[in-house]
Amino acid sequence: MSLDEFFVTGDPLILASQIAIGLTMIGLIALITYLKRWKWLWNEWFTTVDHKKIGIMYILAGVLMFFRGGVDGLLMKAQTSRPELDILNAQHYDEIFTTHGVIMILFMAMPMLIGIMNVVIPLQIGARDVAFPKLNAFSFWTFFAGAMLFNLSFVIGGSPDAGWTSYFPLAGKEFTPGVGNNYYAVSLQIAGIGTLATGINFIVTIMKMRAPGLSWMKLPIFTWSTFITSIIIVAAFPILTIALLFMTLDRLFGTHFFTVAAGGDPMLWLNLFWLWGHPEVYIVVLPAFGMFSEVIATFSRKNLYGYKSMVFAVAGIAFLSMLVWVHHFYTMGNSAAVNSIFSLTTMMIAIPTGVKIFNWLFTMRKGRIEFSTAMLWSLAFIPCFTIGGVTGVMLAMAAADYQYHNTMFLVAHFHYVLIPGVVFAVFAALYYWWPKMFGFKLNEKIGKWHFWLFVIGFNMTFMPMFFVGLDGMSRRMYTYAESTGWGAWLGFSAVGSLVMAAGFAALCYNIYWSFRYASRNVGSDPWNARTLEWATASPAPHYNFAVVPQVEQLDDFWYKKKKGETGLKKKDLKPVHMPSNSWTPIVLAAAFGVVGFFLVFEWFTLAIVASIGIVIGLIANSFDYDDGYHIPVEELEKEEREWRGDLQ
Amino acid sequence: MNAMKKLIYALTLLLIPVLLAGCESKLLVFDPKGPIARSLTDLIVYSIIFMLVIVVVVFVLFGYIVWKYRARKDDGDFEPEEEKGNHLLEITWFTIPVLIVIALMIPTTKTIYEVEDVPQGYEEEEPLVIHVTSADWKWIFSYPDQDIETVNYINIPEDHPVQFKMTSAGTMQSFWVPELAGQKYTMANMQTNLYMVADQPGSYYGRNTSFNGRGYAHMEFEVQAQTREDFNKWVNDVKNTANELSEDTYSQILEPGVLGRMTFNGTHLDWIDHAHGGSEQYIDPEKYQLKHGEHDDIHQDIDEDREADSTEQDTESHEHDHEEMEHSDSETTDHSHH
Ligand code: HEM
Ligand SMILES: [Cu+2]
Ligand SMILES: [Cu+2]
Repeated sequence: MSLDEFFVTGDPLILASQIAIGLTMIGLIALITYLKRWKWLWNEWFTTVDHKKIGIMYILAGVLMFFRGGVDGLLMKAQTSRPELDILNAQHYDEIFTTHGVIMILFMAMPMLIGIMNVVIPLQIGARDVAFPKLNAFSFWTFFAGAMLFNLSFVIGGSPDAGWTSYFPLAGKEFTPGVGNNYYAVSLQIAGIGTLATGINFIVTIMKMRAPGLSWMKLPIFTWSTFITSIIIVAAFPILTIALLFMTLDRLFGTHFFTVAAGGDPMLWLNLFWLWGHPEVYIVVLPAFGMFSEVIATFSRKNLYGYKSMVFAVAGIAFLSMLVWVHHFYTMGNSAAVNSIFSLTTMMIAIPTGVKIFNWLFTMRKGRIEFSTAMLWSLAFIPCFTIGGVTGVMLAMAAADYQYHNTMFLVAHFHYVLIPGVVFAVFAALYYWWPKMFGFKLNEKIGKWHFWLFVIGFNMTFMPMFFVGLDGMSRRMYTYAESTGWGAWLGFSAVGSLVMAAGFAALCYNIYWSFRYASRNVGSDPWNARTLEWATASPAPHYNFAVVPQVEQLDDFWYKKKKGETGLKKKDLKPVHMPSNSWTPIVLAAAFGVVGFFLVFEWFTLAIVASIGIVIGLIANSFDYDDGYHIPVEELEKEEREWRGDLQ
Repeated sequence: MNAMKKLIYALTLLLIPVLLAGCESKLLVFDPKGPIARSLTDLIVYSIIFMLVIVVVVFVLFGYIVWKYRARKDDGDFEPEEEKGNHLLEITWFTIPVLIVIALMIPTTKTIYEVEDVPQGYEEEEPLVIHVTSADWKWIFSYPDQDIETVNYINIPEDHPVQFKMTSAGTMQSFWVPELAGQKYTMANMQTNLYMVADQPGSYYGRNTSFNGRGYAHMEFEVQAQTREDFNKWVNDVKNTANELSEDTYSQILEPGVLGRMTFNGTHLDWIDHAHGGSEQYIDPEKYQLKHGEHDDIHQDIDEDREADSTEQDTESHEHDHEEMEHSDSETTDHSHH
């Protein structure tokens, strides 16, 4: 392989980014060295097992990936803003919509949500950390290694170009012989290991580490949805693991699971992909539902309406989400009976979803609604998501889907569920839990700019897509003829995407502004909220709770506040046992990344040599007898006094 | 805050031309030209009515609640009462969607079964059979009974059922003619079926919806519905003027690239039916190798005399096909309803 095959060359756009990436890296390294921050980074972040710090790193990575995926999206919108434009050629467009989809779902939505789960869940259930803190760090670093490997494809070797769905036979060596789709197979596999571990970790955490008295039906609804999401992760991700394994074998070792030749079966890929893929869309939306529920209850100053039916609705959606995957390929020549059955199961998902919408509305009814930025996101979610939901039901009707399938109508549908359902939720969650992470609020005024620009831009961008879809435009077209008349719709949509980008810029500015200027004096419970995470300091101390709270009822903290029972008794303080930092997760994940890189280029000897790194890491980890350390009572007392004043 | 209001106002104004542009002509899916597409459209319109009702109910309820229960400066920070939920209400909004699902499911199932068959009123007629073979990045249509083959366009008789037997020579594609029928995938080593009737003469837009590589955006074709006489005349013309399809020309056609229209005597079904295997002999990964940076031209030329080693390119018999090819690019992308 010659050097210019190795590096992606010849395109000014890519050359510029290569130089930019190179310079940024050098600049960052120089800056950290100059500030003498390497040790601090290593001790405080790279080796940390603290769920809050891991959560923050997840969120940071998610924001970065949002930026990358967003730029991809803007480029696509630019290319299709007028008929027959030449900003991107077909191949670049194909690569960009592929990386856009993969990055947004797997490297933006997932880490954002998992990051927020990480920050909030242990606090919400009164735990000191997750059940397996080191495994949690390992989850993060493997996700990060997978994400970085995937992004490397942009400058080294060439990006995957078969869509985020990577349908075979296209995604096989027969039709895409380069290394691009190897990146897909390998980096998703590495990131997937981390996600699976996260699922297991949260199931055990929520089952085993709840505060005394916090029984199942007293769990905050966000904890419930995280628990159920984790179960879907554990059920669905192994399917992706197997599908990607077959893909890797096909591409790297010449097997014929999905090929045209030698009796391969591409339909098997479609089935496996969507057996994971449909549950995956609920993996990203269920935690979001939980976040909205918390925010809506808090800012309506009321408890969540129909708590029990909310729990059952989430469980019902999770169950049904495993039974609907065929709706992604009604047009594959299934029998009429199969299509009818899957139409029914798919539409049934709308029933619990509808129940949730009405419960949210009735939570607000007779409340006292405060329009904080977090609440605005939750409010905008309801109408926008309703549009996504009803169009989902339209797509669910198999016969009608023969006209919508793989058109822009479909693209509009899933952006109308994913953006309100996930992105709005993440924004709401960031504004809401920011003080818990950093001890100050994001600026509410800049937040409103962020909100209005983004919501308006979002509707402008995606609403026209319903119409061009119904007018015969299929998805993933890099160009179209003037005579189609789609230019007006798509031009408008492109303007919308700029408005949305301005909204994102407002968020970035808000983060910068608030870090520098926001008041550090917000108290432990700035929103007058209802759940346990607000019972401790903001930002939460590394041990979370000096004394693990005793829970009596749903929204216990809310009622304790009213009775003035949130104080801390000095005699209750006992030394707190905490896990130690560990270097194995980051080193192991780095080894995974290196092995992955060699596999992408099919350099098998190097891959085998590098896997020795993984083995050594695992062995070293097994001989790690560190039992953690104890925080003495004096230190607890000192830290608690800092925000509580006197202890009782 | 004021600047923000202005911005919102400006953006709303921007919406108007777009809405107007949308009203000029009917969207393709709402403009069916045959019984199969019509039953799909009917189902779609029926569902949209339900969806509009749902959207209106949710939006009105939402607007009302958010407005009525907003926090006010003068409400003395009143503290709302806690509510447990109400079984009756919760059962109501569980039952209503159940009823809606039932109301949608019945016509859906009916339509699913209906479009799998020759449409009502046409059962007596023997359908015209056309084999569809999709390849990277063109559509090949074989008329076994007429013994002719076309690339990137289909002529069919109006008011007469057509049965498509569909397969692919490689990647998976989806055959879609929004005004006449829905869509279905084409896959190598398999056969899928699709029925279609056009009840009036005209030109209809067809395309691939399933992404399959660089030439995907150009994978369009035209369905031309003709009167019975015109159709027969066309078949006769083809038989008299078009070249014989050779195995060599056929394998050139299957090479990855974008083609214009072509017309041949004979069909490739004489030597291969991709529904029953054998496609791999035509697949050459080398031809899909990417050369980054170079201007990648996906347009393809067919040299029908490749083996005959000819230097004289424009013998008379070729003119017909070549001529068509030159214009065809723009023709196939012509979306004539607008
Ligand atoms: C009311 C609930 C919903 C229903 C009935 C529904 C129905 C459907 C159907 C039938 C399809 C396939 C259409 C086609 O390929 O032709 C689809 C695609 C999709 N849906 Fe939904 N959906 C619902 C909610 C959601 C949610 C909550 C999400 C994610 C948060 C979501 C994300 C997606 C995605 C990503 C795709 C397309 C994937 C692709 O082909 O690239 N949907 N939906
Ligand atoms: Cu997108
Ligand atoms: Cu789905």
